[in-house]
Amino acid sequence: MISRDEVRHIARLARLSLTEAEVEKFTKQLSQILEHAAKIQELNLDGLEPLTHAVDRTNVMRRDEVREGLSREEALKNAPDKEGDFFRIPPIV
Amino acid sequence: MDILKLSAVDLAKELEKGSLSSKEIVEFYIQRIEKIEPQLNAFITRSFEIALEQAEEVDRRRGRGEELPSYAGVPIGLKDLIVTRDIRTTCGSKILENFIPPYDGTVAAKVKENCLPVLGKLNMDEFAMGSSNENSYFGPVRNPWDLDRVPGGSSGGSAAAVAAGEVPWALGSDTGGSIRQPASFCGIFGFKPTYGLVSRYGLIAFASSLDQIGPMTRTVEDGAALMEIIAGHDPNDATSLEVEVPKFTEEIKKDVRGLKIGVIRELTGDGIEAGVQDCFNTMLEELEQSDVIVEEVSLPSTSYALSAYYLIAPAEASSNLARYDGVRYGYRAEGVINMMELYLKTRSEGFGDEVKRRIMLGTYALSAGYYEAFYGTALKARRLIRNEYEQAFERFDLLVSPTSPTVAFKLGEKTTDPLTMYLSDVCTVSANLAGLPAASVPCGLSQGLPVGFHIIGPALKDGLVLRFARLVEELADFKLETLERF
Repeated sequence: MISRDEVRHIARLARLSLTEAEVEKFTKQLSQILEHAAKIQELNLDGLEPLTHAVDRTNVMRRDEVREGLSREEALKNAPDKEGDFFRIPPIV
Repeated sequence: MDILKLSAVDLAKELEKGSLSSKEIVEFYIQRIEKIEPQLNAFITRSFEIALEQAEEVDRRRGRGEELPSYAGVPIGLKDLIVTRDIRTTCGSKILENFIPPYDGTVAAKVKENCLPVLGKLNMDEFAMGSSNENSYFGPVRNPWDLDRVPGGSSGGSAAAVAAGEVPWALGSDTGGSIRQPASFCGIFGFKPTYGLVSRYGLIAFASSLDQIGPMTRTVEDGAALMEIIAGHDPNDATSLEVEVPKFTEEIKKDVRGLKIGVIRELTGDGIEAGVQDCFNTMLEELEQSDVIVEEVSLPSTSYALSAYYLIAPAEASSNLARYDGVRYGYRAEGVINMMELYLKTRSEGFGDEVKRRIMLGTYALSAGYYEAFYGTALKARRLIRNEYEQAFERFDLLVSPTSPTVAFKLGEKTTDPLTMYLSDVCTVSANLAGLPAASVPCGLSQGLPVGFHIIGPALKDGLVLRFARLVEELADFKLETLERF
């Protein structure tokens, strides 16, 4: 159902790094799960619109008013690393 | 007075009369928790000091003759994915092990406004992904009925704490059965409201189109009371419904005779443990004797609901959990030289195996080349499932089945095979996909373990589900034996 290379690829897309043993394990497990999930392809779904949400609501609007949010201090309180008023991160590349 | 024996609603009556103080009740439950926790592990974080302060405040205000909310002073436990200001909120994950939220989620704020002292944050499967509570970074919870068995999941801590009398009532959350299945395994009442009736603002997201907070209580009346506290429109949640919240504690007193219920054929018989089926059948007979009309109904797409669920929920999760990047809050891996490494290492060290599995499953279902075959098809199947339920509700007032195909299973029994674990959600996922209100009420014992009776209602007929649940409760006359075992 899913190959080791595909598992490596989706892990990378999802920003997860896996050991070779994990690739092995997840390939087997995800294959089993996807095989079961693929059962829905047996259904006749012609003419049905996808249902993304149980509540059919779109574009819920509110007034564009300034409201109080978190203070800078509160927003930074849980940061693993910070400098002054900023989150601190390692170099991008 | 035997505080342990009083339901939350009864505790509120005693508080009102002045025969008990909130401080006495909170102190009583703190002692219970300290005594029982070494055996159960239902709490991730205890907030006793805060609870005592809140209790003393309630007592002071009552002493001054102030008018207080109906249940003021009755303590509660919250599943650890409800964001609480200044109380650590982990979601059962290493990645949020040290997260102290700077704000209250809407439900947490309502709990506070209603003056319910918060005893602590309850254990759960990591990010609510699991059916046994064995996926918690903080260790498994044990079932008070049999310590070698799981309490169910993902709200396993909430269910065990209520069943063992560590808290009078609790809140859980339900994405595919996470309130109802543990309620069933632990012999308590659990209710998942209509999608949108309770705000999700400050509920740590797993699958946003399915997640819903709900009560986990000893009695249906307590569940109705807790619903009155937490339900209602919230401008901070765009999916929150603008509807009036019924007085659920009054709704449950109305008559239910003459109701017509449909027994879902695909969720009875084959695949259901014999003892569970027997218990369920006995309740159906008793309902018939109480002038309820019982007929069988077939919902063929039910057999596909689990497949659709295990594509849709992981797809949403893979997107929701992208926020855990080690930058703004939560765990950050050490010794990395660039951002890519920071993401990879933080997430690989911070998430457990089940969370990784679901993120990958969702990423796959959403990825180019597979989107239509998996995610797109699952969404159409979701429409089909909802249509079938809507059609069934033209003929029936409510639909019923067992809550879970089995009673509580043994710790470790299903941990090696994720698919087997997923199959234990077979009866509950449809209600989430269709956004419907659903409850689990204990209806008897099989092998000395509780069996849950599952009730699904039409959208926004939450009051009717609760009312019918109360009839099942009366007929079952179920005894929560675990209260006296600890």
